[in-house]
Amino acid sequence: MTTLEKFYQGDIRALSRIISFIENRTSGYRDLLGRLYEKAGRALRIGLTGPPGGGKSTLVNGLIHEYLKISQKVGVIAVDPTSPFTGGALLGDRVRMNEFPAGGEVYFRSMATRGASGGLASATGNVAVAMDAFGFDVILIETVGVGQVELDIIDTCDVVVVVIVPESGDAVQTMKAGLMEIADIFVVNKADRPGAEKLAINLKQTIQTKKKKDGDWNIPIIQTVAINKKNVDLLFDKINEYIAFIKDNSIFFAHRRQQIRKKILNILSNRFRIEFISGLEGKVDFDQIIDDILKGKTNPYKVSEEMYQQFKKIS
Amino acid sequence: MTRKIRVLLAKPGLDGHDRGIKVIAAAFRDAGMEVIYSGLRQTPQMIVDAAIQEDVDAIGISILSGAHMTLFPAILEEMKNRKVNDIILFGGGIIPDEDKEELEKMGVAKIFTPGAPTEEAIEFLRQAVEKKKSDEKIM
Ligand SMILES: Nc1nc2c(ncn2[C@@H]2O[C@H](COP(=O)(O)OP(=O)(O)OP(=O)(O)O)[C@@H](O)[C@H]2O)c(=O)[nH]1
Ligand SMILES: [Mg+2]
Repeated sequence: MTTLEKFYQGDIRALSRIISFIENRTSGYRDLLGRLYEKAGRALRIGLTGPPGGGKSTLVNGLIHEYLKISQKVGVIAVDPTSPFTGGALLGDRVRMNEFPAGGEVYFRSMATRGASGGLASATGNVAVAMDAFGFDVILIETVGVGQVELDIIDTCDVVVVVIVPESGDAVQTMKAGLMEIADIFVVNKADRPGAEKLAINLKQTIQTKKKKDGDWNIPIIQTVAINKKNVDLLFDKINEYIAFIKDNSIFFAHRRQQIRKKILNILSNRFRIEFISGLEGKVDFDQIIDDILKGKTNPYKVSEEMYQQFKKIS
Repeated sequence: MTRKIRVLLAKPGLDGHDRGIKVIAAAFRDAGMEVIYSGLRQTPQMIVDAAIQEDVDAIGISILSGAHMTLFPAILEEMKNRKVNDIILFGGGIIPDEDKEELEKMGVAKIFTPGAPTEEAIEFLRQAVEKKKSDEKIM
């Protein structure tokens, strides 16, 4: 039996193998993904982002238990950074997980960024497709948490939860980190620590000054203590409320359509880039060109334009 | 196409020391591997579940409590039940020579004793993963 056949029968290990296959871009992975894509689209994708150590994984653990209570199957993808120096990675988000039932209701996969810099690995969205096709109802995605703009999450998720803590600074710093624009829901975690209330009020004022139309979503700010699961149920309710809201306002599908469009353009631009660059192989004398540029006889723009025109002629 | 060695490091049983295993985790990472650390007090079921979900090449276990003669066999048993005996199981801790021999006979690929340099474990893992054969057909 092939791994894909086992996958369709609900074999967890087959899912894991297929995720590795996608992650490693083993030859044939595009065909495989194409097939999975047609089976996917049902699962909700919820992203959690925010500065390191803010409690994202602990919140994920809490949310998993909320979803289990209503008999939903949960897939988790937790992303941690790859060291640019060694290519290795230490993936430690699993430490925050409690023991889950053995029946396959929860599936947790750690991923290393492997060179990507937008907060996720470049294969994270594709791994979510595999989990979706496998039959998970909800997919929780935790970003690396550098606390800087992590825009990949918008292209991958339906809902973005931004998790900050009293230690991560005030609303201005949150804004500077670009977290204001991407949050559908704010969590001020570690509310057991001093400064949480102040940060929440501060944040609320900042959000209110950003003028909005009537009927826009009011970005909620929830104070949680993830280690005791305090207010995690509230977060869960707000996520559901938000999803109901975007579905009612046809924002949900507009957003997904946007994501699909971006996906197609992405696949295409990768294809073109690879084809173009490999087409240059052996045909271009880079050393000569660089010599000429250094001597001031030509420049990178002119040279690239010539190469591009050449490429257009052949193809 | 990239092929990274993925390894799960976990501590079963009740002893709460994780300094040693964290040193190993950092060394493996610095050797270019993807290390999944799942923490303390892991049951055999949690360990094998994690290994399957994370699709690791190997599981590394640290046991300092003296319970190695029950914990290693329990993990091997769980691996057998879940049909994942092809995952390499190795470990370290304060383990007498005769126990080490017996464990390696049972199916633990290698036991490292406390003084062993981390390079030795890294080299072992690289070779063991290299030797693994698979006739898997994806689709
Ligand atoms: N006091 C307090 N500590 C918390 C709370 N939530 C999480 N922590 C602790 O904060 C630390 C980091 O929590 P994680 O859940 O690993 O945070 P994270 O955002 O996933 O961290 P990275 O993945 O490393 O970015 C742990 O020691 C948690 O126990 C909280 O509500 N209050
Ligand atoms: Mg985390």
